[in-house]
Amino acid sequence: MTLGEWQIVWFTAWVSALSTLVILPFGLALAWALARRDWPGKSIVETLVSLPLVMPPVATGLILLKLFGRRGAIGGFLHDRLNFDVIFTWRAVLLALSVMSLPLLVRSARVAFEEVNPRLEQIARTLGSGGWRVFFTITVPLAARGIVAGMILAFARALGEFGATIMVAGNIPGKTSTLSLTIFQDVQIGQDSSAFRLLGVSVVLAFAAVWFSEFLLRRKRKTR
Amino acid sequence: MSLLLKNISLPLESFTLGMDVEVRGRVTAVFGPSGAGKTSLLDLIAGLRRAPSAFIQLDDRVLTDTAKHFSVPTHQRGIGYVPQDLALFPHLSVRQNLLYGCKPGGAAGRLFSFDHVIEILEIQPLTSRGVTELSGGEKQRVALARALLASPRLLLLDEPLASLDAPLKAKIIPYLIRIRDEFRIPMLCVTHDRSEALALADEIIVLVNGRVLQTGPVLDVFNRPASADVAAIAGVETLQAGVITDSHEGLATVKIHGATLTALAPATGTRQVFVCIRGEDVILQRDAARASSVRNRLPAHIMALRPEGALVRVELDAGFPLFALITRPACAELALREGDPVTALIKTPAIHLVPR
Repeated sequence: MTLGEWQIVWFTAWVSALSTLVILPFGLALAWALARRDWPGKSIVETLVSLPLVMPPVATGLILLKLFGRRGAIGGFLHDRLNFDVIFTWRAVLLALSVMSLPLLVRSARVAFEEVNPRLEQIARTLGSGGWRVFFTITVPLAARGIVAGMILAFARALGEFGATIMVAGNIPGKTSTLSLTIFQDVQIGQDSSAFRLLGVSVVLAFAAVWFSEFLLRRKRKTR
Repeated sequence: MSLLLKNISLPLESFTLGMDVEVRGRVTAVFGPSGAGKTSLLDLIAGLRRAPSAFIQLDDRVLTDTAKHFSVPTHQRGIGYVPQDLALFPHLSVRQNLLYGCKPGGAAGRLFSFDHVIEILEIQPLTSRGVTELSGGEKQRVALARALLASPRLLLLDEPLASLDAPLKAKIIPYLIRIRDEFRIPMLCVTHDRSEALALADEIIVLVNGRVLQTGPVLDVFNRPASADVAAIAGVETLQAGVITDSHEGLATVKIHGATLTALAPATGTRQVFVCIRGEDVILQRDAARASSVRNRLPAHIMALRPEGALVRVELDAGFPLFALITRPACAELALREGDPVTALIKTPAIHLVPR
């Protein structure tokens, strides 16, 4: 492995982990709202969140590109008002990974929240706990394994993300190059040995993530 | 304690829970068959459920007033709740469960100390365990202690004994009585079990299909049901306060006013009991001299004869009011009439003693 390859591995792992952390509060709030509350437009939000799972990633990337480009609705505002660019920077990688991995976290966390007996939360309230304390001391700990499994799946999805990333972040060496982008590029230009080394790293990372998530889910079933 | 439940109207699946009562008892039983809306009522009082119309006031504090769109959030109500499934937190140890509702800042805001509650409910040896390792009775005590340690001003108990078998029930009842007497906390106890209501409560609210059919002191309601509906669920049995004067080899001698009965001794060592006798377990005999295996032979006078379908309800004075249910042909054969002397026979196992 060359230094450049290690840097790509490091960057990919780092930005994937960051995206998982970024979507965590938002994803948990959404999963909780979907599991515990009824509100108008719920089914639409539900569908929208899952959309990146089924749409071609490149199409999702194109939507993000149009939204966050300098002439896009959000990107224009960020550029004009805050002089803040997203597209073709590492932030675009973060954006693409976050959007693509959010559904996995939300789905997993939602099921986990639904499995928490609401009676426990209610009784916690009669014991003097307000909403936030109940959420953090009862709901989250009881749903923890499902949440962690969802985080790991989201992280693994982010590690391998290709289509949306290449649309919004391009493949700028040293700036936005991720594992998947580099493997593709290496194969294109005939550097198979580099591609295979990165492939090996991907396999190890993905295997570890999925295995750990399965391990957590297995333990959850056993303790019931 | 005064708990005011006014203008309550809560639509449930097959009926609307309606209520307009003031609860004043130290321990009040909400008594009724399953599906009468009892748990919904507790949820409403605890603020876990909203009703289209409700006014709830505990002592001088209004908790819910739908007319003014006012409702105190559950966690600020100071109402302890032990649900039927107990809802112990499975991810916490017994000790963490117990401390969950304790106010931070030590004993100052607490009504009872941790050690005191632990001692009364005898859960010291359990505190380091996980809640999944507890037996049914232990879980029950931990749930009670947890609710108490949050220093509630009112304790709601949902069928506290329903999930336990008979021997365990007999073990838990004394703990509930201790809580009642030691901590002097008002309790509202949902039950469909007569002996539970008798053992714990001083007042009773009879709730059927969302309607309050009768309220009042437990003995009054059970002895003098206001309607056939109440009689049907609260029972038409003889119910008298008695004292166990002697007990050996599993048999207890019970005195009720002038009369003496032999009954099976209750599991607990209490002497003050309620004596319950079902009407169909009382046999009437004209001739007192005949021998039989029946231990309890009470000379009595017939006070009244009330036909009830194929049966006749015979009200007797056996030193205390006693009811017998016999068939019409039996009544005719014996030529029973008001004022006649008879002998009432009651088999020992048919006399049910409930600690009071």
